[in-house]
Amino acid sequence: MRLMRVADSQSVAMESKSSVLKRWGNRRFRFGTVSIPIWVPYAFIIPFFVIFIIFMLYPIIDTFVLSFENWSSMGSKWVGLQNYKLIITDPGFWTSLLNDAFVLLVQVPVMLFIATVLAVALNNKSIRFKWLFRLLVFFPVLVDAVTYTIAFQIIFNTNFGVLNYLIHFLGIGNINWTGNPWAARMAIFIVVTWRWTGYNAIILLSGLQSVPDELYESAVVDGAGKVTSFFRITIPMLRPILLFCAILSTVGTLQLFTEPYILTAGGPGTATETPMLYLYGIGFQNYNFGLASAGTYILTTIIGILSYLQIRASKGGDYRA
Amino acid sequence: MRSSVPMKFLIYAFLIVAVIVSIYPIYWVYVASSLSDSQIFHYPPSNWFGSNFLDNLRSLESSMPVWRDLANSVFVSGITTVSVVLFSSMVGFAFAKYEFWGKRFLFFVVLITIMIPMQTTLIPLFLIITKLHWQNSYQALIVPFLVNGFGVFFMRQQMQAFPEELLEAARMDGSGEFKTFFRVVVPNILPSMAALGILTFLQQWSNFIWPLVVINDRTRFTIPLMLQQLDQPGNVIHYGPIFAGAAIGLIPLMVVFVCLQRYFISGIYSGSVKG
Repeated sequence: MRLMRVADSQSVAMESKSSVLKRWGNRRFRFGTVSIPIWVPYAFIIPFFVIFIIFMLYPIIDTFVLSFENWSSMGSKWVGLQNYKLIITDPGFWTSLLNDAFVLLVQVPVMLFIATVLAVALNNKSIRFKWLFRLLVFFPVLVDAVTYTIAFQIIFNTNFGVLNYLIHFLGIGNINWTGNPWAARMAIFIVVTWRWTGYNAIILLSGLQSVPDELYESAVVDGAGKVTSFFRITIPMLRPILLFCAILSTVGTLQLFTEPYILTAGGPGTATETPMLYLYGIGFQNYNFGLASAGTYILTTIIGILSYLQIRASKGGDYRA
Repeated sequence: MRSSVPMKFLIYAFLIVAVIVSIYPIYWVYVASSLSDSQIFHYPPSNWFGSNFLDNLRSLESSMPVWRDLANSVFVSGITTVSVVLFSSMVGFAFAKYEFWGKRFLFFVVLITIMIPMQTTLIPLFLIITKLHWQNSYQALIVPFLVNGFGVFFMRQQMQAFPEELLEAARMDGSGEFKTFFRVVVPNILPSMAALGILTFLQQWSNFIWPLVVINDRTRFTIPLMLQQLDQPGNVIHYGPIFAGAAIGLIPLMVVFVCLQRYFISGIYSGSVKG
């Protein structure tokens, strides 16, 4: 208000504007039996939106603009769709997408399956120390990606790692986890699964707790075994939450960066190159910001489409719907 | 539904394996932090603590300002967490409890940004930081993360269940809206704020790609960046000191987790289920 008064005394043109503002500021909206000034909601959101626009919305739009330019610090040149063409025709980009597709098609379902079994086990009525199991299974969530990846570096070590040591007992020779393409993919697979299974299990557990016991009881009456009720009751009932987890995992997988960056640096060759590693190389090693922006938008579009398809695919057969 | 004895045994076995697998890499960080390099690279693998922790720590201190970097991580994650929780609560409250022009549109915009990966904003953010000459500064690590869309969505969900009658009563008493918010609303949603707080803290702490891009002064490193810089192929890597650093870096996370784990799990529930 004080600011407005200062503006009043400064110019006549401002005065008419500020009196409009003042009249608007004096308007109130009813709220039950009392009313509050109409500007109050905006006062709550404006500080947020100022930062949000500068550091979130502007960058999102600017990336889009950059994707049509040949960026250089001296000045950028409009190049139309050339960046998109370059990315789409680069086999390196497709390789990185295919590597991610492997994680998406194999790791995500395996992880969600283990997480569901884990959630069912944690939900079992006759298990004691449940809170302790829950807490411990949840531990990987709090470790940051760099720390656990470095720990896994040693665990995966060809000659001295504990994993090869254990595998030895199965009668399998040493596996070169970072030197062999499929072993390296497996290594990334294991690290990601380790990090996110407990997290997903906790989310699924919350869903399980809302499944009525009677459903299982009537299944037992109908002669269904544990395995049958798992596939016929548990999984369908968890469907909306499994979907939520699947979307989160999809988005996360397409943004995989820290684990392969540290563990394999995308190698051997390009066996564990992910789209983010690929785009990071273009953007921050070659400083080709235009090209990297185009790639980012292609990736964001893919994430959007996959999320949409997952939502579509899960509709129908949904107990809640 | 009760389970038979063999079934119970199976469930326990499965849970115990799951716990061992979940804990082992973290346990290994602490074991390795107390071993010399030759003990770390030893066959069969050592799985019990050695006596080299202090030597590792000293060696780490000589190559990296480890305490400074630890303080950086705490400081940066702490400030961004407080800011995210505060702003998200205010905006979440406005979205949940007021009607105003543009509300639907603004909320839609916020929702969209949740789906957009952080990497989409990386390059323009980097250009902004460069223009402001903020490389290697705390501002660069903090300012872009002061607010985010997820927090607003999360707090709005929490606020919607907040009883209208309490707000009404405060208004009847002539309390202003901001006073109502801080005196009536905030004390009642502290658990939700704690839940959002711990999620944000962990997320900010593990932010790696951004410090990697904007920081190269080792006195401004965060813990993840410091660890990665020590672990670069091509250099001679001493794992003992790296694990000593990792072991120290995990302590604040564990303290936050143990203090707030109740809220953490409930936060993940409500962030997901209601979503």
